[in-house]
Amino acid sequence: MKPDEIEFVAEIARVGAGLNVDREKIYLLESRLAPVARREGFGSIREMLLSVRQRREEKLIWAVVEALAQGEAAFFREPRLFERLREEILPALALRRPEGQAIRIFSAGCGSGQEAYSLALSVEDAGAGVLACGVEIMGGDLSERALEKAQSGLYTQFEVQRGLPIRLLVRHFEKRDELWALSPRIRSMVVWKRVNLNLDFRGLGRFDVILCRGVLGNMEPAARTRALERLSAALQPGGYLVLGADEAVGEMPDTFQPGEGGVHRRKPDVRVAA
Amino acid sequence: MKTCLVVDDSRVIRKVARRIIEDMGFEVSEAGDGAEALAWCRTSMPDAVLLDWNMPVMDGIEFLRQLRSAPGGERPTVVFCTVENDLAHIREALDCGAAEYIMKPFDSDIVQSKFALAGLL
Repeated sequence: MKPDEIEFVAEIARVGAGLNVDREKIYLLESRLAPVARREGFGSIREMLLSVRQRREEKLIWAVVEALAQGEAAFFREPRLFERLREEILPALALRRPEGQAIRIFSAGCGSGQEAYSLALSVEDAGAGVLACGVEIMGGDLSERALEKAQSGLYTQFEVQRGLPIRLLVRHFEKRDELWALSPRIRSMVVWKRVNLNLDFRGLGRFDVILCRGVLGNMEPAARTRALERLSAALQPGGYLVLGADEAVGEMPDTFQPGEGGVHRRKPDVRVAA
Repeated sequence: MKTCLVVDDSRVIRKVARRIIEDMGFEVSEAGDGAEALAWCRTSMPDAVLLDWNMPVMDGIEFLRQLRSAPGGERPTVVFCTVENDLAHIREALDCGAAEYIMKPFDSDIVQSKFALAGLL
């Protein structure tokens, strides 16, 4: 890719999703964009970008932005976090829960769904208190394609070997030709929504826990600050925002108590203006 | 240093696996079939065994059965690494005492992920 093409792509990604594209990583950019160009019927990345420039077609612009926003996907990434959710955070939330109100968890930037399903599998193994109060899990991502894949619950042999314990594969998946299909019961525990963290997402309501890992670190500072404010506003007072354990996101808004391992708690005493 | 015995009848696979597992800080030995692996274990039990299924002389599952009934043979953590990728094979391996299961082809990320899940890292 040429410097002007890189600059153009970086600008599309910034405007679309607040992404901060590393202009040095040309190989990475090309490896992300080449499959999109192929899929959309262009002979090269160059031809595709030319078409984007001339025709400004929304669908194609988003295909480019989504390809650049794509994160790393694994089941139970940072396994200790899921242990902590199951053993400590979810039971604590269940204790101080008004009756009849489910715990709401949001996997923000869920990609092809491994994180949201890891949450569902953790909830399965959580104590009776958590199960009794009910848990709603929502997976949100920029990419419709990723969401479709997430919803299908179908994973390649390669994907089910990243972070998923073999006993959970045996218990919750069945083999369908060359793919592994997650059980309908676990799939039904998650709802999926298209969400752009760079825009208002108040419509989703308030959550008790939001996981947003490997997303903010790729955003440019101004967009990241706004996204953090939106995430804060989407949390119940006393709720938890989980970022990547060693993800650098700059300064946290002062609505948060900084915590260990990327787990930040929204201050319980904050009064929120309606 | 932790020790790992890599059991596979393919020299190429043993070489690839050895490099990955050495990079994770293990001292690695190799065996070309189950019988050879069993002889090795009787001399010195490794901490981990990366185990192919289909091999001449003695296959992986028979090795695992005999290992588990040998003195001290309950100690090694066994991770299967095989082209057999149906649930029946996986269940049988777990029933016989395997801790984890890798379906070939594999890469270093998969081996590392599975060793971590097996509690070896």
